[in-house]
Amino acid sequence: MARPHPNLTRRYADDLRLFRTRAAKAWLVVLVLLWLLTPMFLTDPFWLSVLNYAGIAAIGAIGLNLLTGYTGQVSLGHAFFIGAGAYVAAAVGGDLGLPLVLWLPAAALFGALVGAVIGPFALRLRGNYLAIVTLGLVFLGDYVFRNLEGLTGGNSGTSVTAEATLGPVDFNAVTILGDEYIRNQGWFWLVWALVALCALLAKNIVRTRPGRAIQAIRDRDVAAEIVGVELGRYKVAAFVVSSGFAALGGALYGAYQQYVSPDEWTLFLSIQYIAIIIVGGVGTIFGAVLGALFLGGLPAVIENYSDSIPGVATTAADDGFISVFSLNQAIFGLLIVLFLMFEPRGLAALWLRVKAYFKAWPFSY
Amino acid sequence: MTEFLQLCFNGLALGARYALVALGFVVIYRATGVINFAQGALVALGAYLTYAFANGAGLPFALAVLLAVLCSSAFGAGLERTVLRKMVGEPVFAVIMITIGLLFIVEQAITAIWGFDNLNLADPWGVETVGAADVVMAVRDLWTLGIAAAVLAGFFAFFRLSALGVAMRATAFDAEAALAQGISARRVFAVSWAISAGLAALAGVTLASGPAALSPTIGAIALVAFPAMIVGGMDSPAGAVAGGMIIGLTQALTAGYQEDVAPWLGQNFGAVMPYVVMIVILLVRPYGLFGTREVRRV
Repeated sequence: MARPHPNLTRRYADDLRLFRTRAAKAWLVVLVLLWLLTPMFLTDPFWLSVLNYAGIAAIGAIGLNLLTGYTGQVSLGHAFFIGAGAYVAAAVGGDLGLPLVLWLPAAALFGALVGAVIGPFALRLRGNYLAIVTLGLVFLGDYVFRNLEGLTGGNSGTSVTAEATLGPVDFNAVTILGDEYIRNQGWFWLVWALVALCALLAKNIVRTRPGRAIQAIRDRDVAAEIVGVELGRYKVAAFVVSSGFAALGGALYGAYQQYVSPDEWTLFLSIQYIAIIIVGGVGTIFGAVLGALFLGGLPAVIENYSDSIPGVATTAADDGFISVFSLNQAIFGLLIVLFLMFEPRGLAALWLRVKAYFKAWPFSY
Repeated sequence: MTEFLQLCFNGLALGARYALVALGFVVIYRATGVINFAQGALVALGAYLTYAFANGAGLPFALAVLLAVLCSSAFGAGLERTVLRKMVGEPVFAVIMITIGLLFIVEQAITAIWGFDNLNLADPWGVETVGAADVVMAVRDLWTLGIAAAVLAGFFAFFRLSALGVAMRATAFDAEAALAQGISARRVFAVSWAISAGLAALAGVTLASGPAALSPTIGAIALVAFPAMIVGGMDSPAGAVAGGMIIGLTQALTAGYQEDVAPWLGQNFGAVMPYVVMIVILLVRPYGLFGTREVRRV
């Protein structure tokens, strides 16, 4: 009996499967190999750290994409939850000295808890309101972080001495077959393994009942309510999960950087995360990771090659008309505007278009 | 008592600036249903244009302000024409994000042109003050209150009396019915952005007056004007004014008394007070003091 083409969807269950085609499985193998081998061949600490920060950003961006891309709720408060996670890592991992398997979930839980407390207030109203309430959250959070000196070190910040040991493996100094690897290499394995876990978790959320519910809310909230989706419950749940992801990313960020200060959790950080999901692709998990890599890499490239970009001042005494920081902000703004106007589904859509072209080849549609 | 009056005066002067910005938000929100996050950039742009006309070109201050307001309005209408009009019918999320993107672009363009330094705007008010019953009032604050009052009077007259103002109210009330009456939605959108940018420019000038007060960060006032808009109600111009005054007063009074009354709150609580007020209002009256309650039927 002739077997149907693997791309043919015959049952609903087929449509929901994670790895439907052989190509998808091959991709999975390629990605795992890339994950294993990248730190072995890429030994430059600068580019490794760029990749690590991009991975950390990807975790937060996956969370924001669940809230903004899948539920359609705009949050400007992501920076607050990232900061909260970093301080939990400092307190639980650093001051109490608990291991990785405790401080990481503790941060995520704390973020989720704070999200659960704030969510019901912030999500009572439709549309624009959440953006403004969460904007207030960034400023209130900034005030709290600066004044809770015992925990956060106030304006001068605090060091984060959380350890990164899982069983016999210390990610700060990995040894494989007698070869020693530096901290950035070890953290690459840790961070990107967590990215994969978070992506899998998020994917599983969006392909099951709660995922369909939140997408229904995004598409038309009144219609969703009519078919029996409890708006309040699902919106708050999306906010809670998104806050948990953000705090998890924040905890990793703090522990990796080993030092955090309240100057980092600004509105601009929230905007960066929004830029990541817009550029990567709103409403796709894969897009959040893609966006994090792209926008994490971009400032690094600018920083590294700013000498050769005309008009950019690398030092205060330089005669360029725009500083690296300003240039980054302007580029983030420009990318948000251009992508929303010309490719609202982001980089992920470019990839899907290429795929669709080859699928339909030699026909144009 | 003197201290109280002093704080109240300062609060009202601050509130007048919030009111100007919040009014700009409301005009755009009523016409297009969009919250314009780029308002802060328009505030800074107005102030820097005034600087360019008054200090750079050496024009009389009043003329410089007028030119800056006109240029800002043209810029606002231009933004609407080139960017926002393409987003009509897109999800709210996308439109908000576009305005945030514009905020970052315009702000950085301003720093690229004029730099990060604090500048002295050539305003005629300087640091002069007048005293009345022991209350010291800065001349620039008095002018701010005067300008705000004049603008508000003109604003409400425009919306009550002029054909275009009535057309804009009709569009805000029911866009399709207004369209059927022959009111051009495009014209209404463009004029809304122009008015809003003009108001922002005025707010920028009043903020930048005084010694070395003009810096790229003055656009941040728009972020505090959000609570003013929410407190008043997003679609109510009168609410924006009341909200601005309430936020200005509470912020000044908190900054003045918090250290004596509640020292455990730590530093700078006054700066976040507007957001606390906003959250309380959202809990008690989600649609603001003067806003229209949204009716949903399922």
